Amino acid sequence: MTKTETVRLQGSLRHSLLKMYHSANAGHVACSLSCIDLMIASLIQHKKTTDSFILSKGHAAASLYVCLNYTGEISDAQLETFYKNGTSLPAHPAANKFQGIPFALGSLGHGLPIACGIAKANKLHSKTGPASDSAYAYVLMSDGETNEGTTWEAAHFAVRHQLDNLIVLIDKNGLQGFGTTDQVLGDTADETQLINLGFEVKQADGHNPGEMGKAIEDFKTSKNGKPKVLIANTVKGKGVSFMENKLEWHYLPMDAASYAHAIVELKEKYGA
Amino acid sequence: MRKAFSSVLEKMGSDEKIVFITGDLGFNALEGIRDTMKDRFINAGVAEQNMIGVAAGLAHKGYSVFCYSIAPFITYRCLEQIRIDVCYHKLPVFIVGNGGGYGYGIMGFTHHAISDLACMSSLPGLDCYIPSFTEEVESSLTQMLSAGRPSYLRLGLGRSKPAGLKTFESINPLLLSPQPEMTVMALGPLAASALETISKAGFEKKIDLFSAVKLPFANFNDKFVQSVKASERLLILEEHVSRGGIAENIALSLMNLGIMPKQFKAIPAAGYPGELYGDQNYHQRQSGLDQASILGILQNWLMQ
Repeated sequence: MTKTETVRLQGSLRHSLLKMYHSANAGHVACSLSCIDLMIASLIQHKKTTDSFILSKGHAAASLYVCLNYTGEISDAQLETFYKNGTSLPAHPAANKFQGIPFALGSLGHGLPIACGIAKANKLHSKTGPASDSAYAYVLMSDGETNEGTTWEAAHFAVRHQLDNLIVLIDKNGLQGFGTTDQVLGDTADETQLINLGFEVKQADGHNPGEMGKAIEDFKTSKNGKPKVLIANTVKGKGVSFMENKLEWHYLPMDAASYAHAIVELKEKYGA
Repeated sequence: MRKAFSSVLEKMGSDEKIVFITGDLGFNALEGIRDTMKDRFINAGVAEQNMIGVAAGLAHKGYSVFCYSIAPFITYRCLEQIRIDVCYHKLPVFIVGNGGGYGYGIMGFTHHAISDLACMSSLPGLDCYIPSFTEEVESSLTQMLSAGRPSYLRLGLGRSKPAGLKTFESINPLLLSPQPEMTVMALGPLAASALETISKAGFEKKIDLFSAVKLPFANFNDKFVQSVKASERLLILEEHVSRGGIAENIALSLMNLGIMPKQFKAIPAAGYPGELYGDQNYHQRQSGLDQASILGILQNWLMQ
């Protein structure tokens, strides 16, 4: 995918997201805009069929749905059922419906332990059957989510079991449910802390798929027994100026005027 | 039952598709499993919630996973992980809690699990196994593994299964009479205790005794219902609080069937009267679940 094509994709997936949220009159818009570029870099551009991808910040389900729509697993017609009664696409993912959603999460702090289990299974498989150590477990978390104690239980597990086939993607936008990360508990997704624990950590611009993709490629060549963390420095609500870095857009739905305004901005910025 | 559990898992553990995870417990019990299973034996540390998530990930990739800890730690603390990671995704993860009920005795409140079944049996698609006898640990494990769905095994005090008893049903008949004067249902190991009490008193011909060993009940409307209809008197014993226990469950099921026994009594775990603590037998006595208390009730009812 060329750089221009990637930018167009960043725009078109944002467009789909806004359309879905507007039609559903739903919140969590800014949460999806924050991590959509990270999902393009990982799920769309780097995940192989043998890899697993888990969206641990399940409240950004719409971003997962538009990516799976792009890869062909979710149809346009299914996408239109988002939030509607009788849908397979609720606000947080539903289990047992799509291969691309191996784990349906929403309560925070569940994805990392599960991804550790998948990475550990891949390590065990490689000893008994066809080598699958090259299969990666990706898990996408929010920085607020790293407040959860399971992050630290799982982090120690990952280091102890040398899960260098685990790639943790942290959508670090500095805003959580009811305040900035500094106001709430401080930075629980701190690079130094993670390095000291035993992770290999890289930081990247969370809205530059090329830069994030490079980090993922580097991780894959680094079979050093260290689990990987990519801290994606993001802006909550990225792409729509009046939503950027605004806590309220974690929750607010768009009215007709905001939606129209947002779509115009996307066209200007991404040409989509 | 822990030793029986360990020796069965040592045999099962040679299967390359099984993983065993402990929450840093098992001294003097799980060493054999560890030696058999090698890198498929994982000590996940004092981090029970992560242990369940890891188990779900392993199960997703094709393993059958046993997770072991003390009953309260692996149920209450991990309830959300069991609900979402395991049950929601219908994975073969088997939760094993040692010392259900007041099993950890003088260790106290933190180590007891007297509302574990209320939590676990309400989870979607999860089976609860509460073996009554040591021999039923293997029966439980075999069923859990072959069912390949989420389950919880509550291990308690182990007594040997009398030679004549062969069945292992959800509601398992231990004593059946042509004309029972009363029906007794007891949860897991309490059924073994009740059987001893009834046998010592020579009441075998007068009482139908059933053990509740697997929830949800698969064979409710069978011998048990026939017995209650015949005796019209039902006594239920459980080392579990009343709310969410088997007595509530049975009473509701009987009412749905339009069956109202003339005499009905449920004896649950009483909690901690006076906030005082002792061994398992002490707490059973406080609850009226010890052998002397049970004998008193049986004599009383049979004299009426």
